[in-house]
Amino acid sequence: MKIKIFLFIAYVLTVTHVQTNDSQTKLLKVYKNLRCLVCQGQSIADSNSDFAITIKLVIQDQFNEGRTEDEVYNFLTSKYGEWIVYKPTFSKGNLLLWFLPYFVFITGGLIIFFIIKKSKYNKDN
Amino acid sequence: MNISIFKIIIFSFAIFFLFIFWQGLKKNNNYDTKRLIGSRISNFQLIGMNNDDQYISEDNLKKNQFTLINFFASWCSPCRTEHKYLLNLSNKKIKLIGINFKDKKNNANNFLKELGNPYDFVGKDVDGKISILFGVYGIPESILVDSNLTVIKKIVGPIDQTQYDKILKLIQ
Repeated sequence: MKIKIFLFIAYVLTVTHVQTNDSQTKLLKVYKNLRCLVCQGQSIADSNSDFAITIKLVIQDQFNEGRTEDEVYNFLTSKYGEWIVYKPTFSKGNLLLWFLPYFVFITGGLIIFFIIKKSKYNKDN
Repeated sequence: MNISIFKIIIFSFAIFFLFIFWQGLKKNNNYDTKRLIGSRISNFQLIGMNNDDQYISEDNLKKNQFTLINFFASWCSPCRTEHKYLLNLSNKKIKLIGINFKDKKNNANNFLKELGNPYDFVGKDVDGKISILFGVYGIPESILVDSNLTVIKKIVGPIDQTQYDKILKLIQ
């Protein structure tokens, strides 16, 4: 009986610990994707400013109310604009930002490919 | 022939990136609230600073043609400098709502006693959560809304003569 009680307590503690860790990881992920508006160059996760502390409280409240990550971002964007999120949502205005890296990667690859092909062709002849 | 095409491509890339960097340098990277003009304030309830039974919400503000929501605290020295403008505004066609931000009640009451109370209602924001609902990130900060609770103007920092004149123009 004692062993069963011990196992039950161990199970409850483990589950609680895992759940706490999950929510902490989720919170940290959101904090890291939010820009501290007071201290430039720092995320909400890195900052200890008054603003960052308050934002953290609000996010915790929203998660406790059952809101999703996207809902939290939408809420904060509606209050502070796109500037508050490090990863902006896709729009016409930031089309270049989203596609330029892929474009550069593909074009760069093609340039390298053709240069190698050209040098091989020159060597062979 | 092919090499010259590559050179042209690489040169075009260089020009393109220089143009992007140049544009980036011209862009203001400081947070500004311009894009929030025209957005609506909703879903809030403000509890009275001195009386927990007193509160105002969206419906109360809808009755006013213009409302200026001002975040202040006794520990905030720029709040002192803007106070005379708030007192002047209290005589105009505008309702003033003060939100006492992360402050002690006694200190806030002494502050208003000393400098005068320009507000039609004073609410409290003990832990700062209300300030997030209003998109505030530092105090003093003031938000001018119309009867639809649409943000007409947002003043980050203390109200000065220029901002005061602009508010008067907007509410005329």
